[in-house]
Amino acid sequence: MITLNINGQDHTVDADPGMPLLWVLREMVGLTGTKFGCGIAQCGACTVQVNGVAQRSCVTPVSAVASAKITTIEGLSNDGSTPVQAAWVASQVPQCGYCQSGMIMAVDALLKAKPKPTDAEIDAAITNICRCGTYARVRDAIHSITQA
Amino acid sequence: MNDMTNIGRRHFLKASAAAGGGLMIAFHIPAVNAAAPAKDSEINAWVVVNPDDSVVIRVAHSEMGQGSMTALAQLVAEELDCDWANVKTEFVDPRLNITRNKVYGGMATVGSRAIRSSHEYVRKAGASARTMLVSAAAQRWKVPAAECTAKTGVITHTASARTLKYGAVAEAAAKLTPPADVALKDPATWTIAGQPKMRLDMKDKVTGKAAYAIDIALPDMQYAAIAQCPVFGGKLIGFDETVLKKFKGVSQVVALENAVAVVANSYWTAQRAVRALPIQWDDAGNGKVSSATIADFLSEGLAKPEVPVARNDGDVAKAMPTAVKTVSAEYRVPYLSHAAMEPMNCTVRFNGDGTLDVWAPTQNAEAILGAAARASGLDPLKITVHLTYSGGGFGRRGGAAKGDYVDQAVLIAKAVGKPVKLIWSREEDIQHDFYRPISSAKMTAGLDASGMPVAWNTRIAGHTILASANPSAIKNNMDVGFLVLFADNVYDVPNIKVDYAMSNTHVPVGYWRSVNHSQNAYFRECFVDEMALAAKQDPYEYRRKLLAKQPKHLAVLDACAKAADWGKPLPAGQFRGIAQIDGYGSYVAAVAEISLKADGTPKVHRIVTAVDCGYVVNPDTVRAQMEGATAWALTAALYDQITIKDGHVEQGNFDRYRIMLMSEMPKVEVVLVPSGGFWGGIGEPGAPPVAPAVVNAMLAATGKPIRSLPIIKREVGV
Repeated sequence: MITLNINGQDHTVDADPGMPLLWVLREMVGLTGTKFGCGIAQCGACTVQVNGVAQRSCVTPVSAVASAKITTIEGLSNDGSTPVQAAWVASQVPQCGYCQSGMIMAVDALLKAKPKPTDAEIDAAITNICRCGTYARVRDAIHSITQA
Repeated sequence: MNDMTNIGRRHFLKASAAAGGGLMIAFHIPAVNAAAPAKDSEINAWVVVNPDDSVVIRVAHSEMGQGSMTALAQLVAEELDCDWANVKTEFVDPRLNITRNKVYGGMATVGSRAIRSSHEYVRKAGASARTMLVSAAAQRWKVPAAECTAKTGVITHTASARTLKYGAVAEAAAKLTPPADVALKDPATWTIAGQPKMRLDMKDKVTGKAAYAIDIALPDMQYAAIAQCPVFGGKLIGFDETVLKKFKGVSQVVALENAVAVVANSYWTAQRAVRALPIQWDDAGNGKVSSATIADFLSEGLAKPEVPVARNDGDVAKAMPTAVKTVSAEYRVPYLSHAAMEPMNCTVRFNGDGTLDVWAPTQNAEAILGAAARASGLDPLKITVHLTYSGGGFGRRGGAAKGDYVDQAVLIAKAVGKPVKLIWSREEDIQHDFYRPISSAKMTAGLDASGMPVAWNTRIAGHTILASANPSAIKNNMDVGFLVLFADNVYDVPNIKVDYAMSNTHVPVGYWRSVNHSQNAYFRECFVDEMALAAKQDPYEYRRKLLAKQPKHLAVLDACAKAADWGKPLPAGQFRGIAQIDGYGSYVAAVAEISLKADGTPKVHRIVTAVDCGYVVNPDTVRAQMEGATAWALTAALYDQITIKDGHVEQGNFDRYRIMLMSEMPKVEVVLVPSGGFWGGIGEPGAPPVAPAVVNAMLAATGKPIRSLPIIKREVGV
């Protein structure tokens, strides 16, 4: 049994210690906003925050985050009211939306660490894949927050 | 099929018929007349008005990011004259299209057709519902309907200063006979359609609440992971399941004709187990095919003396020798994968009462229904297809081929006897796609003294999509669709010949966002720049001359060139390229600005793209699709190729099938030049001109054409 602190709540799960956090969240805790895209930490659809830092949950063994504070898209806000979520709606960023939970979690973590990132810092930090090609709007949405 | 067995250790399947994979034709579902399921406040098949004035607009097309769910609702709401703030949407259960005599038209969301194929009947549904609501109010007031008006969900009888909200008369309106015919609004008067309304799926997509098929959870549900025969066309011989004992949670292994599925209590366990399983495959004689043998095969096609001719204007053979200069080039493109972000998946539940529930990401709910009926043997009316958002589609989910993900999930769930969620790994997704076809073009043009082409000969050798999608449609070894932009080339050249050496391999091919336009735009538009270079003319001005009789193409080209500052100086080291196409009922041009890195590969700084799609239903969605199509096209132009070795695909995940990232995305400026009067598609036409615009900018920089894609060639595995 492993106890996880997810979105401020403790969850005790009977998971193999090696099971990636992604599948624990999706299948055992029932938080499906975090997505499976590649399984090899390439695409970032599975991005969550571990102690406020963006982390790819598809390659994070659940045992490695047993004492951490885990935040998923569901924990950011339920009503889309956080600055990143609100900016995403205002800029109409998502298309299919599948990658956007991970994208939003990565951007939220970036802005917590660097409230006013340069374009180069955005490029370096946001390496999530969006197959719909929403990148230009992602950048615009980030700038709309940092320039507000 | 149906050789579904739980196989004992070292028990090998007997060879059976050729493997499934291949056919992408939607299962035929006959339309039958049946009573429509009545809802008290359902005004018609498309519109439900609730007593609280909320309006539910049914959407029969899939939403995979392209925005048509919102745009279609805008069209209905426009004619309905309801309050947009009260609108919700609901996907149509494809069974209703059977029981309601195809009232929802075609549900396939392909070919950039969601709006252009349905705008008339969805608008009429809105107008008809409005007429019925007004009639119901007039009857209650005992006044002529003609004295009543409707606006923003409120019906007004001006003479008596009375008003009623839609919700108050919806039940009465639902009982009225629909009007025989209704007039539609002039788009110039639109107030809901034509506006950049916020997408109705946005909030759910920023909070993690948006439901995708992969998210479904059912009581007692099991998870399946699959390994499919790596070599296309091959089949399963057998496997050694001893290793499965090491994986706690594995409950079953299911053999399919050309695949093995491992079923477990978690996807992670199922996936690790199937990967560890030693499997023997029969490669059906395709195990020696490689990209090199396929390239040779295409070369043979290009060299054949005579192949079927699609177009023969004037007399190319006679005109060519009169040219003062000839330009000749051979271009090539590789197979490409869709790699939608939501991997292929399907969840199936057989119910005790003989019914079946299916969840799958799709662009074609009717195809899912057909596939589930085919694989289960059940009457389609016993099957509920639950529609969700789809995490991308791009053509991969336009059908449900025999043996593809839906058939697999149904067969696995049947064997397991519990609900099953099948998820393909990313590797399975990329290695078992229906790929953008490989193709090549050999072109020769003869230029006259003014530098303009008097003759243009094009030979295409490539793999027709019909080979997978609809083989019976291939007549006389010809597929004119494969020759789009050549067979219907609008450039004004007096002598044109286009012929086709059909060159089909064992690799399954399919519809990939912008389909045959994707490669043919690159071939044609780069060759036009080669002609312009030989003629020492500006490529924009050169196209203007060739398009003198094509006002719509010309207007879009001009708008794009103007917005892109064509002809004005650029910073040192930067270069522009231009291209234009028509496709999917729309007209598009693009200008790329690039510079070259030290290794000669391009950095794309800016893409300006202009589009005339006739009527614009949601301008922000049009912009978003043009931006997205630009990224789609750049990824393919710069990085991607599916290569074949020993009959199988060499790439497997995003480490080797590279998708463009934020850092590589140029500025994209979209210019809308809608001329009205027609309904052009928007999901696909933005993509084709992007690759040639970039390559033409490289030609401007170096004087050397890039005649094969991707631009950045990498060793496989690097």
